[in-house]
Amino acid sequence: MESIINFSYIAASVLFIFGLKMLSSQKTAKRGNLLSAGGMLVAIVATLLKQEVIDFQWIIIGLIVGSLIGIFAARLVKMTSMPELVALFNGFGGIASLLVGWSEYHAHPESPLFTIIAILLAVIIGGVTFSGSIIAYAKLAEKIGGKPTSFKGQKVLNLLLLLGLLASGTFLGMDPADSYPLFIGILAAAVILGIFAVIPIGGADMPVVIALLNSYSGLAACAAGFVILNNVLIVAGSLVGASGLILTNIMCKAMNRSLANVLFAGVGATSSGGGDYQGEANPVSAEDAYYILEAANSVVFVPGYGMAVAQAQHVVRELAELLESNGTEVQFAIHPVAGRMPGHMNVLLAEANVSYEQLVIPEDVNPTMSTVDVTMVIGANDVVNPAARTDESSPLYGMPIIDVDQARTCIVLKRSLNPGFAGVDNPLFFREKTRMLFGDAKASISALVAEFKES
Amino acid sequence: MGLLFFTFVLAIFLGVELISKVPSQLHTPLMSGSNAISGITVVGALIAIGSQGHDILTIVLGTLAVIFATINVVGGYVVTDRMLGMFKKKDGN
Repeated sequence: MESIINFSYIAASVLFIFGLKMLSSQKTAKRGNLLSAGGMLVAIVATLLKQEVIDFQWIIIGLIVGSLIGIFAARLVKMTSMPELVALFNGFGGIASLLVGWSEYHAHPESPLFTIIAILLAVIIGGVTFSGSIIAYAKLAEKIGGKPTSFKGQKVLNLLLLLGLLASGTFLGMDPADSYPLFIGILAAAVILGIFAVIPIGGADMPVVIALLNSYSGLAACAAGFVILNNVLIVAGSLVGASGLILTNIMCKAMNRSLANVLFAGVGATSSGGGDYQGEANPVSAEDAYYILEAANSVVFVPGYGMAVAQAQHVVRELAELLESNGTEVQFAIHPVAGRMPGHMNVLLAEANVSYEQLVIPEDVNPTMSTVDVTMVIGANDVVNPAARTDESSPLYGMPIIDVDQARTCIVLKRSLNPGFAGVDNPLFFREKTRMLFGDAKASISALVAEFKES
Repeated sequence: MGLLFFTFVLAIFLGVELISKVPSQLHTPLMSGSNAISGITVVGALIAIGSQGHDILTIVLGTLAVIFATINVVGGYVVTDRMLGMFKKKDGN
């Protein structure tokens, strides 16, 4: 029996590997996800066959309750709320690893040092993942402010917490059997560290944070694997850890910032940076904007978080279709960090049935920008801020942006002239070629759609 | 012990190789799909609750671990499938 179980674990690992591989290509992604789900099923069933698993009462309750909650949450969530749901699920993975570590310590506090170290890692990484993800969830769902929150001495406190964790971990390792209070202290400190680590990070940096927390949840599972000496946890956990790190890296590159800078600098918490770009903004009415669009041969939409907030993706697609039937070439330029999680805009536009071929990345669209008639910026701000190209004093300086200001006309849909989440002024709004269409993105686009339909 | 570390290091490298090139369209599904995989910790939870079940605290900890990990697994896969379904629809296949 034991060898069948081990063989099943190997099979599950292989399924995870192929599943992940297939997730990285458009054609195979859906099958890849099913494959990986199949791997999970194999791993769970194999575990239930294990000799030492004898008490099924609580297992059945846990599996049923968890599955029901999971299915309902996943089915009912709106696509615009996807980032917070992913953050929440991620946090649950973290706390599960923490609980596995705790329960193992509770049952066998006299374990060998190797196991104790693994338990501590599972508890610490799991705890940080849990509370960090919950804070990220709260920020994304706007339960708490999305602005960076920081106080004096926060970095010092985080450092002290980390050192405290290391020191108490060492003490506990020397005498694990008699250190239960210390263990609880470590657990609590890990949870607090997660809160303090994520709370100073602003909404615009959330894609990095979510990707990083994703990686942590994998590493926590990995640590749990070392606790129970189980290969499938180690393989699956490290795969997730690695994939999370790669995504984190991609997000950091898209902002031209180092990971350390994202995690510790708290852009927008300190200064609004840059000079002040006071000047005349040129507001337009929906009717004027219609005339500009009506005459355009090519239009590039640049969506951002504002489109998600206004839930404007469906009317945007409608407008795009009207433009196309008017003979206009339409593209959507998507910045990797637009929105609040990696790929956020792609998910929304896919939900609205925007065709895959119309989506372009900044590197491809920027060289053609001077031939584009109109760029429509919908609730994006930092990813189109020209200060990133020119103003060395701007906190955004060096970040690759979408050069919307190079087009013949740029229409910016925005609620007001307030700076974006990074709190950085945007000189784009005051350019001669820029037209500001103030108001809720969905209402403005609907007005444009109405203008098109009337004519 | 050594073999576990060996597995760990190999799997990290494998992970990096597997997903070094992901089109940005797939970033979200990749993230939520891999997030579901991290729920593999459910295996640890099952062993913890299934084998020890002696005192109240172990039962509570183990059951909670199973619940949370299962939400992570089931929710993660279902939501990823839902997202990928939307991606597919407009391709016409």
